Amino acid sequence: MRRYLTRKIITYLLAFFVGMTIDWGIPHLMPGDPIQGLLSKFDLDSASYAALYKSFAQSFGLNVPLWQQYLDFWKGVLTGNMGISIYAPPDTVTSLIFGALPYTLALLVPAVVLSYIVGNRLGAAAARRKALDNTVLPLGYIFQAIPYPWLALIVPYLLGVVWKVFPTSGAYSETLLPSWSWTFIASLLDHWFLPFLTVFLVSLGGWAIGMRNLVIYELENDSSRYLRALGASERVVRRYAYRNASLPQLSGLALALGVVIGGNIVTEIAFQYPGLGRLIYEAITDQDYFLLQGIFIFIVAGVLIANFVIDLVYISVDPRTRLSMQGEAA
Amino acid sequence: MSEPVSQAPEAPKTPEPLESQPSGAPIVGVPLGLAAGGTAIGRRRSDFLYYGLRNKKLVFGLSLELLLVLFAIIGPMIAKYPPLALTGAQLQHPGGTYWLGTNTLGNDLFSQLANGIRESYLVGLLGAASAAFVGMALGFTAGWRGGILDEVLQMITNIIVMIPALVLLIVISSYLNHPSVTFEGIFIGLTTWPWVARAVRAQTFSLRSREFVEIAKLSGKRPLAIIVQDIAPNMASYLFLVVILLFGSSMLLAASYDFLGLGPTGVVSLGTMMNQAQNEAALLYHEWWWFVPPGVVLTAMVAALLIANVGLDEVFNPKLREQ
Repeated sequence: MRRYLTRKIITYLLAFFVGMTIDWGIPHLMPGDPIQGLLSKFDLDSASYAALYKSFAQSFGLNVPLWQQYLDFWKGVLTGNMGISIYAPPDTVTSLIFGALPYTLALLVPAVVLSYIVGNRLGAAAARRKALDNTVLPLGYIFQAIPYPWLALIVPYLLGVVWKVFPTSGAYSETLLPSWSWTFIASLLDHWFLPFLTVFLVSLGGWAIGMRNLVIYELENDSSRYLRALGASERVVRRYAYRNASLPQLSGLALALGVVIGGNIVTEIAFQYPGLGRLIYEAITDQDYFLLQGIFIFIVAGVLIANFVIDLVYISVDPRTRLSMQGEAA
Repeated sequence: MSEPVSQAPEAPKTPEPLESQPSGAPIVGVPLGLAAGGTAIGRRRSDFLYYGLRNKKLVFGLSLELLLVLFAIIGPMIAKYPPLALTGAQLQHPGGTYWLGTNTLGNDLFSQLANGIRESYLVGLLGAASAAFVGMALGFTAGWRGGILDEVLQMITNIIVMIPALVLLIVISSYLNHPSVTFEGIFIGLTTWPWVARAVRAQTFSLRSREFVEIAKLSGKRPLAIIVQDIAPNMASYLFLVVILLFGSSMLLAASYDFLGLGPTGVVSLGTMMNQAQNEAALLYHEWWWFVPPGVVLTAMVAALLIANVGLDEVFNPKLREQ
């Protein structure tokens, strides 16, 4: 077991290293360079352009050879100082990220978790119950098949334009300044609802159908038959089936939550929501190496932690996995 | 993102969706079928045909999909205008001359829709084919060989998951003058294979210690031959379902990319129709005929695949059949 865990941790550290290196490299592969883009916003003669270029390159640490930049990047990762953003110059990368993170988390975590809970309950209830199955199943397919960008058009159209109940863009009313007042919080909730609803709906079908199929499989399993033969009530059989079926779903949830940290670019663009997804988009358009690298750390860490948690959950919850791990290590 | 969840401990969802990855990638369903361990050795083909024709889900899904494919073939031929032609009539409601109306530029929306469906199918096919190819190649290798090679391949899989596909797409697109539909399809395939690899690996792992594989080994067959002739056929139905799911999720992913304006240029797709409608504020002006049809059609295209998929699953796996 210990040998298995050491091996896992080593591969995860290696994956972190390689992933971070690739994510450092990707922005540098973009054509053009960020300081050019920054300076093109001003009207400068060539002498002052050259002088400014040099000083900017120096202050951003872009005037040194690539290997030096790479080392600086790791120094930044380890010390938590990711430098200054090129896209919003006086702000540091860290402050921009932590400014956007609450919006992303408040939007996506409830949407993912709620759709997981509701979807699984619906799916489990529908399995092998004809009447419910005939409504849950077709609805599940439809929700699963809806292209998300279209949902992000139709829902605001119905609830924001035709029936004017919710605002369709932004995170709070433009007439307000962020504060801890009731009006501001009410405005936040008001703007939060539509993007939340679309993400919730689009994930619902997958969980429901997945759970339905898993529970049906479990109900037909030998263990369920044995339980029934022992005289257990259908309620008890279903409870065990649900618990067994939850395992693969749980690993799906961990992965979905791991990806949440990177924000949801399509949602945040469609609703003009100021989370990490939109920050990524703006960082790309302005070639903000440092901001992109800073956000990538969250994405890489999120995916790796999620995978690691799945491994651990399986080892602790499922004895079969534990056995096969030992067999594998031997 | 979102990836499908399967029986295997290593296998994940999104979305995917996506996802999705990136950004709202759709979560695709759980192909249980033989994943659950049933093997189909010796079951006659006629058996599948018998249950297939009696399965309402399969028949309904396939017929709907066939209708849509037919429309993708015939639609562009009977359209009166090319999809990007300016007809001069702007923002016409649907009617006799312009069947589905026109947009602010005066493009005929029927023609755009028909061509968009064709592009979607094309992207879906390319995406599914390339993802299935890479995922199966790596999954079989990792599951068969195990050990260090398996760890390395799993690490590569994890790294691919960590690279934000959307960012990569933007970087690559900035070098291409005119990203094509082929490029988009293959790009989608090369970024969505990890869950296929995981699922195939897990199944190969459980199959490789079975007796019939041992016998094949003893008979001196080479590994590639064993994988192709002994292991793959035992999960053929599962692999088939995987390809169908990849097909659907590739089409959805392409719609997301096109919606963000990252799709192929000079081509009309269902995603670019939604993108234009969003940019031109079609919502505020109640131009429903512009943005409702592309989404409804794409939903039908993917839903038909999913329904056929579940039907097939029931045909392959008797345990799932309705009682």
